[in-house]
Amino acid sequence: MMEIEILRSGFDFLGIYGFFDGFMPDNLDWLVFLITSVILAMVIINALVISTALLTWFERRMLGRFQSRLGPNRWGPFGLLQPIADLVKLLTKEDTIPEGADKPVFTLAPIVFLVPALIVFAVIPLHGSSFLGRLNIGLIFVIAITSVNTLAIFMAGWSSLNKYAMFGAMRAVAMLVSYEIPMGISVVGVAIAAQTLGLSNVVLAQDIPFILVMPLGFLVFITAASAEMSRTPFDLIESDSELGAGYHTEYSGAKFALLQLTEFMAPVIVAALVTTLFLSGWRGYGPIPGPVWFIIKTFVVLFGFVWIRASWPRLRVDQIMSLAWKGLLPLSIVNLFVIAVEVFIFNPGEAGLSTRDLLIMTGINWSITIIALIVIFNVMGQSKLKRPEPVALPLANMYANTTVSKKATDLAEAD
Amino acid sequence: MYGLGLAKGLVVTAKNLVLPSRMMTIQYPDRKVGLLGLSKATDTSLVDLIRKDPVNVFKALLGIADVKTSLPQHPRFRGEEFNWYEQRCTGCASCAKYCPLGIIEIVTSESGDQMQEGQKYHLDKFDIDIGRCMFCGLCVEACPYDALHMGSGFEEGKYRRQDLVIDKRQLVSAKKKPSTWFRPQLSNKNYDPHKGKNVKWDSAGRHEKPSLQQQQDKWAKR
Repeated sequence: MMEIEILRSGFDFLGIYGFFDGFMPDNLDWLVFLITSVILAMVIINALVISTALLTWFERRMLGRFQSRLGPNRWGPFGLLQPIADLVKLLTKEDTIPEGADKPVFTLAPIVFLVPALIVFAVIPLHGSSFLGRLNIGLIFVIAITSVNTLAIFMAGWSSLNKYAMFGAMRAVAMLVSYEIPMGISVVGVAIAAQTLGLSNVVLAQDIPFILVMPLGFLVFITAASAEMSRTPFDLIESDSELGAGYHTEYSGAKFALLQLTEFMAPVIVAALVTTLFLSGWRGYGPIPGPVWFIIKTFVVLFGFVWIRASWPRLRVDQIMSLAWKGLLPLSIVNLFVIAVEVFIFNPGEAGLSTRDLLIMTGINWSITIIALIVIFNVMGQSKLKRPEPVALPLANMYANTTVSKKATDLAEAD
Repeated sequence: MYGLGLAKGLVVTAKNLVLPSRMMTIQYPDRKVGLLGLSKATDTSLVDLIRKDPVNVFKALLGIADVKTSLPQHPRFRGEEFNWYEQRCTGCASCAKYCPLGIIEIVTSESGDQMQEGQKYHLDKFDIDIGRCMFCGLCVEACPYDALHMGSGFEEGKYRRQDLVIDKRQLVSAKKKPSTWFRPQLSNKNYDPHKGKNVKWDSAGRHEKPSLQQQQDKWAKR
């Protein structure tokens, strides 16, 4: 309960700054600034790393249950200390750098990978305001910062001097850049409906959660986001059956630990983002405080990610690219168009959309979502593909003078 | 079409999550239990458990108490350690003669000056090298007095090869839980070595060994 009280009384940059500024002399403003930053960095890093460690345990346990086995259960109660054991194991391994690798880039890549993930969490509002206060360009900030991980993956793959790492990195660049477009467009829909770019204000605008108001946008966002963090069914960046381990094939020891940490941190951040944008953030019902609502909603989204990972197989490269460009991009544009027209008609002005407007939008958007999905499935569906009849080889004289061979020779002549 | 196949896949995994009957893992050699599981596994009530074993109770509250488990085996499973009844064995060395690998070594000596029928050799040595044994069970089939049985266990991992030679002392002191392989007198009684009690020497055979008096009577009547 203590933390929640602190959050309510403004546990953000301005709050802490004001607290220390109250009893420090005026000429020590730089020290106040430094103390505040260090405190915030400590809180964010610890919160994220601990929740990521818990997520790795949760994911492995749940994956086990989904696959009729137990998952880690030996070390600590229910295997809860497993992340610590993994960490100790990784940190005691030798930190190798391959001969001929680009050493500065190789060393820098895990850090470039990790830092954006931490920074994004600083602007996500847990209750009222985020750790950095009410940032009024939160949406743009998030989209801009998360796109850096493409660079980090490419740095890791390129500098490793390894074919598999290079393949993984090239696939990563192709895929991540493609999926950023539908993701960005679906986020624009949220921004238009909420009439703001600040994440706290997006939550405040959600009298009805946006998952109901714009289901199409939610579907596009969650698909594109799970591709952005390269999880199943979009994990071809590090597809272990094809590429060894993808871009982190050559990494070991502490650097590998950092890469894995960031990879498991991505679901936490995406789930928090989905909660903020579509599930009305900290807002809830009853006496349960806001941050608890936020954590519950995030947890539900994480469970969905784990469930999907346990169930669905990986898509092929061409399938992934065609899904992004032929499937998600039209859907996100339809979503954006419909939302924009509706907001233009309702013309909410300064006050934002009222609950009545949101209800009408919900009705319209659900029907449009179903129609759009049916159209897309009909256009992209595999059952529409005509597969050619298999034809015996003309050289195969096993069926000489039978109808099969005649058909084959006819076809060969026709060509 | 329309993503129904994806939904089907989700339902399959959700069934795995919900239905406990789909869990395949058998934990071995031990499993972690909570407090209720500990009292059930040790077959004691909670109050007794708290009074007798507070350390384990504390561990069980944390969920890190261990309970030994065993893998389910058939009663006719031919286990590694042999079951041998000194009282039944006459030192005839049939087992050693029948062994295709020659891994049973028996050294006997006369147990007295005036040997009579019914008396037996003194066994100086009875070594079975289970490191080379292939568990064909011919020695057990050959034993005329049902003194040698297949064992029922399999946890005989050792660090050195010579530790795998079972000598007479080990055979005598081992738990008497014979496998029912080639022993109808045990399997007819639905004996299960993994659940049942130790089998005593006088109930392990097809027939009882006649006493010295009975043997002498038999010869006298002829």
